[in-house]
Amino acid sequence: MEANPKFKSQLLSADEVRRALTRIAHEVVERNKGTQGLCFVGIHTRGITLARRLVEIIRSFEGVTPPMGILDITLYRDDLSEIGLQPKVRETRIPFDLHGKAVVLVDDVLFTGRTARAALDALIDQGRPSRIYLAVLVDRGHRELPIRADFVGKNLPTSKTEVVKVHTLEDDGEDSVELWEH
Amino acid sequence: MNGELLIQHVRLVDSRGEHGTADVLIGQGRILSLEGGDARRHIDASGLILSPGFCDPHAHLREPGQEVKEDLTSGLTAAARGGYSDVVSMPNTLPPVDRAEGVAALKEKAARIGQARLHPAAALTQGQEGKRLTEARLLAEAGAVLLTDDGRTNEDAGVLALGMQYAASWGLTVSVHAEDAGLRRGGVMNEGGVSFRLGLPGNSVYAESARIARDLEIVRYVLAQLGGRGPQAKALLHVQHLSSARGLELIRQAKAEGLPVTCEVGPHHLTLSEERLESLDPLYKVAPPLRTPADAEALIQGLLDGSIDCIGTDHAPHTQDEKELDLLRAPFGIPNLEVGWPLLYTELVLKRDFPLPVLLERFTDGPRRVLGFEAIWLEAGAEASLVLWNPDQERPVEPQRFASKAKFSPWAGWKLRGWPVLTLVEGRAVFEGLEQPA
Amino acid sequence: MTVTPDTSAAAPTPRSLLDFQGWSRAQLESLFETSKMMQEVLARPVKKVPALTGFTVATVFFEASTRTRLSFELAARRMSADVLSFSAATSSISKGETYKDTLLTLDAMGVDAYVIRVDAAGVCHQAERWLGKPIINAGDGWRAHPTQALLDAFTLLEALGSLEGKKIAIVGDILHSRVARSNAELLPRLGAEVVACGPATLLPGTLPGVQLSTDLKTGLTDADAVMVLRLQNERMDKGLLPSLPEYIAGYQVTQERLDWAKPGAPLLHPGPMNRDVELEGPLADSSRSLVERQVANGQAIRMAVLYHLLVGKKPRGES
Repeated sequence: MEANPKFKSQLLSADEVRRALTRIAHEVVERNKGTQGLCFVGIHTRGITLARRLVEIIRSFEGVTPPMGILDITLYRDDLSEIGLQPKVRETRIPFDLHGKAVVLVDDVLFTGRTARAALDALIDQGRPSRIYLAVLVDRGHRELPIRADFVGKNLPTSKTEVVKVHTLEDDGEDSVELWEH
Repeated sequence: MNGELLIQHVRLVDSRGEHGTADVLIGQGRILSLEGGDARRHIDASGLILSPGFCDPHAHLREPGQEVKEDLTSGLTAAARGGYSDVVSMPNTLPPVDRAEGVAALKEKAARIGQARLHPAAALTQGQEGKRLTEARLLAEAGAVLLTDDGRTNEDAGVLALGMQYAASWGLTVSVHAEDAGLRRGGVMNEGGVSFRLGLPGNSVYAESARIARDLEIVRYVLAQLGGRGPQAKALLHVQHLSSARGLELIRQAKAEGLPVTCEVGPHHLTLSEERLESLDPLYKVAPPLRTPADAEALIQGLLDGSIDCIGTDHAPHTQDEKELDLLRAPFGIPNLEVGWPLLYTELVLKRDFPLPVLLERFTDGPRRVLGFEAIWLEAGAEASLVLWNPDQERPVEPQRFASKAKFSPWAGWKLRGWPVLTLVEGRAVFEGLEQPA
Repeated sequence: MTVTPDTSAAAPTPRSLLDFQGWSRAQLESLFETSKMMQEVLARPVKKVPALTGFTVATVFFEASTRTRLSFELAARRMSADVLSFSAATSSISKGETYKDTLLTLDAMGVDAYVIRVDAAGVCHQAERWLGKPIINAGDGWRAHPTQALLDAFTLLEALGSLEGKKIAIVGDILHSRVARSNAELLPRLGAEVVACGPATLLPGTLPGVQLSTDLKTGLTDADAVMVLRLQNERMDKGLLPSLPEYIAGYQVTQERLDWAKPGAPLLHPGPMNRDVELEGPLADSSRSLVERQVANGQAIRMAVLYHLLVGKKPRGES
């Protein structure tokens, strides 16, 4: 599958990532008219890191820490047959009642929309929020499902053969978004 | 000289050996000449072998009562296709053949069918219940050739001794399914490493050998009781379907000692072993069970050195549905009449250099000797109950083409040579499978 | 999200789980790995995932076993498979309809995989030949009960970390036990040394890879774990054992006898248990007993087995 991917260019620098997240945080609070009922759910792996950042940013300017959960969507995927037999199921932990909440689902990249679809199913299995938003750092297009993000750090037109890699300080030692060619 | 059938350019082989190529003239149910003559019909049998018709001392033809498995027509047709001119039917039918009328009725019906000749065995005890003896004299008169409670085992040694003693007066041998019921318990395969691993109830070699040992002692006892009285032409005891090296050893010793016992072995015990059960397919469920390769090897030696008198097919047809039950419930047995000769010709003669005349002896003279029949040799004046077979043409076993109602076989797909192409009973063709009739 | 295909169990998964023939150690370890994943699912408030949506799993129990059947059915439902449940006493089957008839009838309803429990060895193999679909053996006669052995091994792995060089004692009626046979097939492959002990009349002559003993002390001495089997009353009826007290005297696992094993060696039992027959009553409830872990792990194991056999196939029998 990954036959020597080749680095092409940096799409976002650390500063640009930081600014994008800060903007998303403000947009979320604005759209939700405050932090009332607001909560975040990060999708494994980098979605969790990004959700933590957003919570932290909101705390810094609102003085309130919205609750946060983490979501594993492995067994909700529609391409289980293509990922090999060994599913990597990780923790799903939503330590609060979703009922009536406005949930911001966070992922790093929005591409085909299949991960977001699976995440919606996984989330809805856990409870009945009043509203679900989708926030992503990068929207690279090529949707296969009628799904759009409510909050986007950066829209980046890509070709299908390209790979968008999101790095975070916590997971990878630096914040950046890179474009690679297969 | 004038005859009905002239088999030309045919190789002659019987139990005495090879007799070169001849033109065999047949008429009035006999071999008229080995040197040709005029006949209404000629068969060019170049490349084929003519031998005496086979004789099976042990087949289950299921009539009366279990015609869904087999009946006389299908069973005797299967026998004819297998090269058999003579077949002994086992009496464990529904009801068991335990009266002279039953024997006569079977013989009469078989004669009408006109395939292989039928020689019924009758029950040793009434209803095969192991208690009261049947009417040996009347049964013999009606045409019974053996007495046996096969299908069951003779648990009461006293009854068996009396039966042997009494049957001998009328020239009948008692044939036994030698397994100790207590030792074999509910075994469905050979007891040993394979059964332990597969978790299947085992039936030990010692269930067979312990019973043979007991029955040989009974023969000694009966000999003492008879004190030399009674016809001694035939054996007192015939042990059916020997399956183990240990059982063979006991019989070999008994024969060396001069005891009047004979025995048979089935094609399956010579060519298959317990590993077949690894497939967990009830197709391989037979009684006595398939043993180890070492047992099969010993039985082949026994067949060669004459410790084993003959091949008994133990043709045991069942319905497909029955045979597809599970290993605990499926019945024991497989249909063997149509594969016996090509199987053993291919596996023993062609693959192991087993002498052809010896194998023929075990299919022809051997069983006839056990039954007290006259031998058939290929010479002028002999009864024309013969089989013409093809030593070269290879064909897979195709159970769906069996004449037997049991259209399954553990040898399905095995490529064999030696297939019969013509079977004669007293000069009459009961089976013809000639590719190009001349 | 980038997913790297896992290649540790690269060989194709066998179509069925009839026993462990055809399953490599890597594939077995992959099953255990998936079972851990399923434990994660079972720890969630909502213990259900859509991984097997659209698949139909038939549980066909020709021999009664409510616990095993429920465990399989719950496992299938937690993966969102539809469940077709058939159970019949053997007596009604033997009256007319054969196993084959029954299975073909169920198959006409569109089944993707079968879980079969039956009193006769080999029926699961026959079923695979007749149906050509994944079969999970839920116990066939005395022969095999592979998911039980998997959950036993998984529970032992949890308790002992690894089975490499560990001595596992199996006590009871070995001859008639599919649990013993499947464990004898599985545990040595994971590095364990297995000693099976029981009365002479209830031991097979040989069992590959397993040391057999009629002496309980030999079996239990220095054992890292002890697996106790259920004693069927039928064995007395068939004359294989003189009496229950006779068995208890020789083979009951008691607190005192358990001291022959390594300190703290855990106890396993496949259930259902005859208290105070094969196992001294209080031991069953002691902290050494892993029986509840076994039952809980049975769920995860059965989910993992269904996952491995079905994922990648299309529902309704296509492969």
